[in-house]
Amino acid sequence: MLKIENLNFSYSKHEVLKEINLNLECGKIYGLLGQNGVGKTTLLKIMSGLLKPKSGVCNVLGYNPFKREPGFLQELFFIPEDFVGPDIEVNKYASLRGAFYPNYDGFKFSKLLTDFEVDGRSKFTKLSFGQQKKAIIAFALSTNTKLVLMDEPSNGLDIPSKSQLRRIISQASTDESCIVISTHQVRDLENLIDPIIILDTNDVLVNASVEEISSKLKFEFRDTPDKEALYCEPTLGGYLTVNRNETEVESKVNIETLFNTVLMNKKTIKQIFKK
Amino acid sequence: MEFNEHKPIYLQIADNLCDKILGGEWQPEERIPSVRELGTLLGVNPNTIMRTYDHLQSLEVIFNKRGVGYFISKEAKDTIIAAQRNQFIQEELPKILKKMALLGINPSEVLI
Repeated sequence: MLKIENLNFSYSKHEVLKEINLNLECGKIYGLLGQNGVGKTTLLKIMSGLLKPKSGVCNVLGYNPFKREPGFLQELFFIPEDFVGPDIEVNKYASLRGAFYPNYDGFKFSKLLTDFEVDGRSKFTKLSFGQQKKAIIAFALSTNTKLVLMDEPSNGLDIPSKSQLRRIISQASTDESCIVISTHQVRDLENLIDPIIILDTNDVLVNASVEEISSKLKFEFRDTPDKEALYCEPTLGGYLTVNRNETEVESKVNIETLFNTVLMNKKTIKQIFKK
Repeated sequence: MEFNEHKPIYLQIADNLCDKILGGEWQPEERIPSVRELGTLLGVNPNTIMRTYDHLQSLEVIFNKRGVGYFISKEAKDTIIAAQRNQFIQEELPKILKKMALLGINPSEVLI
């Protein structure tokens, strides 16, 4: 569905992405993680054709995104982190913009708006940041495009909306579509994002399903610290540790702990996840 | 649904579904929610629910009628009880016995 090969990108002299290789498949909800400034948003913008790579290949559904051909644009939706809507009614916006997406479903849009408790008769300019964001997420998932890219979708959402968001995204995912969510708020989306991609400036450190991660790494809670562990972090009443999983038994993958483990052991992790 | 810190999510969901069957909320030969329905309900990745259903299917707790959906097996309750008894005797009981020995509790003190 999406293939990136030896991709390079820089903002004038500032190199952001170096020799990135990445393969994304249909039917998955990817979580794109990485420290500030490694280029998560840049990567999403390249995938959606908003930025042109300096060199390398980015192929989405057989298209070169930067050519911005209609056949490509009608199968893609990109939700930026800071969406600000125009001065028109939400419903009006959806029906106007929906016309560009052959699989747009107006009923689904009304239902999702109701789930999110957003009034479609209000103008975007009368809505709060979080409400505008919910409106655009509802619209994005009603276009039924093959690829949906979301940059920090849970930012700005209130507490009840976050579990709504998980439900709505889970519901929207199909065997033919691919959803990529870039986020720092891993707790908001835990149990939803799978596979997990961890991006570094010049490398994709991990691109693996939760199943693969838990078969290769063991997440444990211990009473005493473990000096041999790949990662050990004091927590309430004990220590969270991560080791290689030498057994058949799987543990629960804690994404925050995974992220810290990967950053501290880049080389070892690459080796553990080598295919 | 509240998830704890230790077991993989797909197994925690499986445990929860088994409890529904043991508690009688779900009856034998009844159709259960589809992978997508349950994923939406719990806000969990559909692939995780798929793993849960594969797991329960391999234990013969549920079965798949092609094109119709997943159903609870006739013998589901007995299968779950047998599996849970086994797990209790092999994993949980030794821990309890160890703790009792440590605290000097005699079985006759706690048996009613």
